[in-house]
Amino acid sequence: MSADSSHGTDASVDAVEHALGAEHEHPTWSVYWKIATILTVITVIEVWCYYLPGFVSTAFFVPTLLALSAAKFVIVVMFYMHLKYDHKLFRVLFTGPLIIAMIAITALLFLFGKLAIRTGLLT
Amino acid sequence: MATTALPSIPTADVGHGYTTTGLPHRKVAIWAFIGSECMLFASLISTYLIYKGRSVKGPFPHEPWTDPSTGHVFKPILNIPVTSCSTFVLLMSSLAMVLALAAVENRDKPKVTLGDRILGSSRLWLFMTALLGTTFLGFQAFEFTSFVHEGLSIRTNLFGSSFFTLTGFHGAHVTAGVIWLLTMLAIDFKRGLGPKDALNVDIMALYWHFVDVVWIAIFTLVYLIR
Repeated sequence: MSADSSHGTDASVDAVEHALGAEHEHPTWSVYWKIATILTVITVIEVWCYYLPGFVSTAFFVPTLLALSAAKFVIVVMFYMHLKYDHKLFRVLFTGPLIIAMIAITALLFLFGKLAIRTGLLT
Repeated sequence: MATTALPSIPTADVGHGYTTTGLPHRKVAIWAFIGSECMLFASLISTYLIYKGRSVKGPFPHEPWTDPSTGHVFKPILNIPVTSCSTFVLLMSSLAMVLALAAVENRDKPKVTLGDRILGSSRLWLFMTALLGTTFLGFQAFEFTSFVHEGLSIRTNLFGSSFFTLTGFHGAHVTAGVIWLLTMLAIDFKRGLGPKDALNVDIMALYWHFVDVVWIAIFTLVYLIR
């Protein structure tokens, strides 16, 4: 009886993984809670940076916020969207357009002088 | 006459929505859709950034402005504490979403303790996700209303036009996500969601997390960077 139910559970897990196109097991509940805590801490640091006048006026302010934001982005995509565990085709489908989008943003900002002024290439 | 060998598809999978890669085509489609959405939001974000600081008249996002014709002083329009709260709410909704998906995937596993039963309740976590999404929309409605009362509408200046367009598009995506969540919750109440429904919940979860990561970018680029 127990062997049958165990076999049934394994079969349903296999069915789920096949249906999800998963390559590996998804993270456990405790991992999800830890990730939520990390995301909250990063958000608190971001807002804290915003309220530090001495830091806002430095050249490190924007790169720090961009790095923190990128860290949150990557954590959500890798762990909550399971891209770390899923088939590599999904990674290609997401990162390909994302790279094109980031290049487009950077190119447009240079084209309209925003980044060129900030980086000192254009006065 | 030469023939070309076609990739073999397991007989059981034919007609069940699997591609020749062995991956479910709906999941391939949602990732392709999310990729295209990246480009949509990239165009909106770049428009905002290009127009940033080019408004002829206020109110402005981070600086006070005095209207020369009336002498009225407008304070900086963005309310960072309120938006920080709404950001936290959306991040927590992503946590609730992954817990909902895990509950659906593990529906058949035995739940011994009270903690197992709470974590294994897909109805609870789907409801929490929808509730947190609705709360985020409430924050956004409050923000939009207060901006209009303070003198910033979509027609006021370049900042208003690009800001309302960008955040409005994001809010519309959150609204669609909440409707999707409530539909899935209704199905869960009607017949229960089990491992066979995991793909449907996973697709919805991917959309919801994408809406979250877009907000992560918007919060930094629009609200925090001066």
